[in-house]
Amino acid sequence: MKAFEYAEARTEAGVLELLSAEPGKTELLAGGTDLIGLMKKMIVTPDRVVNIMEIPSLKVIEPTAEGGLVIGAAVTLDDLLENDYVREYPALVQAIRGINSMQLQAQGTLGGEVCQRPRCWFFRNGHGLLAENGTLAAEGDSRYHAVFGNQGPAKFVSSSRTAPALIALGAHLRVLGPAAEDESFLPLSEFYRAPRQAGQREHVLEPRQWVTHIVLPPPGDQHNATYEVRDSEGPAFPLAAAAARLELAGGVVRQAQIVLGQVAPTPWVSQVAADVLRGLPVTPATAEAAGQAAISEATPLPGNQYKVQLAKVAVKRAVLLAAGLETGGF
Amino acid sequence: MAEVKYSWPSRDDSRVIGQSVDRLDGLAKATGAAKYTYDINPKNLLIAKALGCPHAHCRIKSIDTSAAEKTRGVVHVEILKEAGSEIEFQGELIAVVAAESEGAAIEGRAALKVQYDVLDTFTSDEDLAAAEQAGRTSKAGGKAQTEREPGDDDDEDEFIEKEIDRLLKESAHVVEGYYGVDAITHCCLEPHGSTVEWKDGKLEAWLSTQNVSGTDDGFARDLELTADDVNVYCEYIGGGFGSKFAPDYWGISAARIARATGRPVKFMLDRDQELKIAGNRPSGYIKVRIGADENGVVKVWDSVHWGTAGFTGGGVSHTVIPYVLVPKNYRRNATAIKTNNSQARAWRAPNHPQACAMSQTAFDDLAAKMGKDSYDVFLANLKAGNVDSQQQPAVYIAEMEIGAKLIDWKAKWHPHGKGQPRGSIVDGLGMALHTWGGVANDSTCQLKIYPDGGVESFCGTQDLGTGTRTVCAMVLAETFGLKVNQVKVNIGSSKFPNSGASGGSTTVGAVTESHRRASQDALAKIFDLASQELQADAGSLEAVDGMIRVKGSPNQAITWKKACARLGMKPLEVSASHKRGDASPLSSSGVGGIQMAHVEVDKETGVVKIKKFVAVQDQGLVINPKTCKSQIYGAVIMGIAFALHEQRINDPQTGAFINAELADYKLPRLGDVGEIVVELYEPEDQRSRGVIGNGEPPVISPGAAISNAVCNALGVRVPVLPLTPQRVLEAITKQASRA
Repeated sequence: MKAFEYAEARTEAGVLELLSAEPGKTELLAGGTDLIGLMKKMIVTPDRVVNIMEIPSLKVIEPTAEGGLVIGAAVTLDDLLENDYVREYPALVQAIRGINSMQLQAQGTLGGEVCQRPRCWFFRNGHGLLAENGTLAAEGDSRYHAVFGNQGPAKFVSSSRTAPALIALGAHLRVLGPAAEDESFLPLSEFYRAPRQAGQREHVLEPRQWVTHIVLPPPGDQHNATYEVRDSEGPAFPLAAAAARLELAGGVVRQAQIVLGQVAPTPWVSQVAADVLRGLPVTPATAEAAGQAAISEATPLPGNQYKVQLAKVAVKRAVLLAAGLETGGF
Repeated sequence: MAEVKYSWPSRDDSRVIGQSVDRLDGLAKATGAAKYTYDINPKNLLIAKALGCPHAHCRIKSIDTSAAEKTRGVVHVEILKEAGSEIEFQGELIAVVAAESEGAAIEGRAALKVQYDVLDTFTSDEDLAAAEQAGRTSKAGGKAQTEREPGDDDDEDEFIEKEIDRLLKESAHVVEGYYGVDAITHCCLEPHGSTVEWKDGKLEAWLSTQNVSGTDDGFARDLELTADDVNVYCEYIGGGFGSKFAPDYWGISAARIARATGRPVKFMLDRDQELKIAGNRPSGYIKVRIGADENGVVKVWDSVHWGTAGFTGGGVSHTVIPYVLVPKNYRRNATAIKTNNSQARAWRAPNHPQACAMSQTAFDDLAAKMGKDSYDVFLANLKAGNVDSQQQPAVYIAEMEIGAKLIDWKAKWHPHGKGQPRGSIVDGLGMALHTWGGVANDSTCQLKIYPDGGVESFCGTQDLGTGTRTVCAMVLAETFGLKVNQVKVNIGSSKFPNSGASGGSTTVGAVTESHRRASQDALAKIFDLASQELQADAGSLEAVDGMIRVKGSPNQAITWKKACARLGMKPLEVSASHKRGDASPLSSSGVGGIQMAHVEVDKETGVVKIKKFVAVQDQGLVINPKTCKSQIYGAVIMGIAFALHEQRINDPQTGAFINAELADYKLPRLGDVGEIVVELYEPEDQRSRGVIGNGEPPVISPGAAISNAVCNALGVRVPVLPLTPQRVLEAITKQASRA
């Protein structure tokens, strides 16, 4: 671990004073479940680490005037699971439960979960996020890599477990900086990006910009769900995942949001899958059709064809669960 | 004093043996009071961190340590591989940085400047053709045996070829199969390493080791000392599984750095280094043809198998192929492949788990092809006497009957692929059987009986977490008629009398031999003293419930304390030994066991879940059923790991071992292991054989049993372990495209 300076902010404004304008020089510390490991392996080497866990405004879970919910970035995943408001968003609760680790849930925060770095083994072994302009994954072992949106150099998968659910639910991020007076609300669907050049992060924030809150719209009728294909009941990352939010009227889908996780460098919003469902009732057949439509956009690498099937099943099962139906599988 | 006849008390006469006793160190471990090597922190300690080679095959061009030496907090840098050295696997340690803190050591390590010439790598051990093309293969032995003998004029190879072909042609059923199991690592929770300190020219080493009595000379040899100049301590160890028998070159390096700096040094491997360089189990892949008669009795086996034990070649020994069920006609040939991986180390039951997974899968495929119950095919082969095992066929058959009842085999069985699906979920049953030796290792126990009744033993063994310490105490308590907490067991120091390394299931036999012998010898002396007071013949006495009393006259008794008081001022000291291989009434070797798995498979995702797993195991006389069963639970979980989750993944491009972190090196969690039912098979004819180790045997069968269960569920063989969702889906797809 590189020697670093430890700073602790007590206010949101105080954070900005501690953040560097130079990329990689400062890192925010919330639960630390990802950052500490990355620092120990010197994958990230900040000069200064800024603890944001002592800022009271980041630890709130509060209803908004519109009936939505504001969640501070430093709220732990356990606190979310115990919160009555959060229960009205089943897709989010299911995603957090799926993490299957008391330690990660007790220590990890929602802000950190959304911002966690990709699990790509080339990245974690020190080859950078793009791992030699994508060639290591494209020509090497890509079994856990992207099957969507992977034509550019980024072959890793976005690792956030809650992002598909949050995007399907219409979440925004409250972002501060880079200037002291700057405050913006960014749709979470626009937060992630597939970097094209070395040095770019997997999200759009500039240095000195940071996430303070996650804002959810009103829960609606709660026809939403997350389904993850996991090969273990432990804290293994899913092989594929999907979140679905349905607006149903008279047994028919009026609107749908389908977001896949663990299959692309960003959470993958599948408009084609949503389009298939519109105007139809949810049945095993229509859910299957949505899954089939979703994978029409798949571009698997030589070593990860099987993930296409898993992506299809994840979409199908998320849709069935969102409609309150059985999945027929694990 | 009459000659002591060593023996175990009968089942009825045993008061402690056969009782389930909690581990004596359980609370200390659960609370963190137990100090592992990692927890030893002498004053003024330096932390050492090594740089592992990033390349799977390269030559070191140059090493520049100057920046590392200048890094804040760094005290010492040692080069382990000089410039010019060829490195044949990723992770090989190149240089070590010792610093005031872990952070400084890591930062110093990052400042080491090493230049490499990267060389070609080969790690595709499953691909025999590619290995041959790359010139990486060598013959690794084989054997052929047929009931008909070649004539004097026959070329032996030609005769065997013809005979095998004839037997296959004449077989009622022929199965051709491909099976395998990937390389896995030992993945010790506590990485390899040591904390060392020099005191007055002597080395004190807290070493994470399975071999307390045998590593002092390991240090001594490499440091040009004599073994009396080294003390090795290991009170607790976080896993070894066959990989921790030596100080290793990093232990020697720690000692050198400590000597050079005059300070204690802690040098533990990083997690990725632990996986990359500190122990792995060879892979094995096999192509086999078997021919069977109309009853499913296999008449002929013909196989070629290959795999890798790392950069030196090696692989699964041909001597255990086929495994346990061995027909009278067979031909087996092995090929070793050199890959750019570290050399394999003994992994719990070396060769057996792979051999089982590569052999008994074929027997299950035979059942599938015949449309027969796999149980009946296994049974038919056992009854036919086609068995090469250290246990008797009749014992397997009895164990199978018990296992079948426990898993409800007959009610749950369905022909392969013909189960009733529930949604996309199908279930299946599979079984396998295994054998192992488990002979008692060398062991010496020194015993002190104090005049106040205190009892203390000293033995240079180690407790791998299996309950060795507890078992020693139980034997002493049994002999002396005391409670387990009234005796003190001292182990884990090379200062204590020699006891063998804990490998090959040899420890429980070893320590119960030495502790029983020493305690029976001591008791005879106590009886002599008590007999004067009780005015009875020493031979008529017994030690029960803290009393020395006359058999049949319980009122004619004195307390243990009072008997010991007759020792006078000095404690009684007794030492007794057992030598490995000596015939003994207290221990023997040769066990068997059967295991059955009930699994569910989601055909849409390829995810496999264990519903229930039954293990029936014999191991002679069981001292402590609780820790004995616990060994089997652990083994089954370890078996589920390599059956479903665990594999070393080498990136085909770079040769890098890319999943060498716990986040990526997949292991089962409690939710993945289903219901595990363990049955200790201990009828009198097994109990009377004495103590036999059971560390290895229960880890052998899970791979084959689970593979067979998945095949029964799907009607498709997923050939290579672990059975990941990817492999399950690919097998289903392949089958569908064939159909």
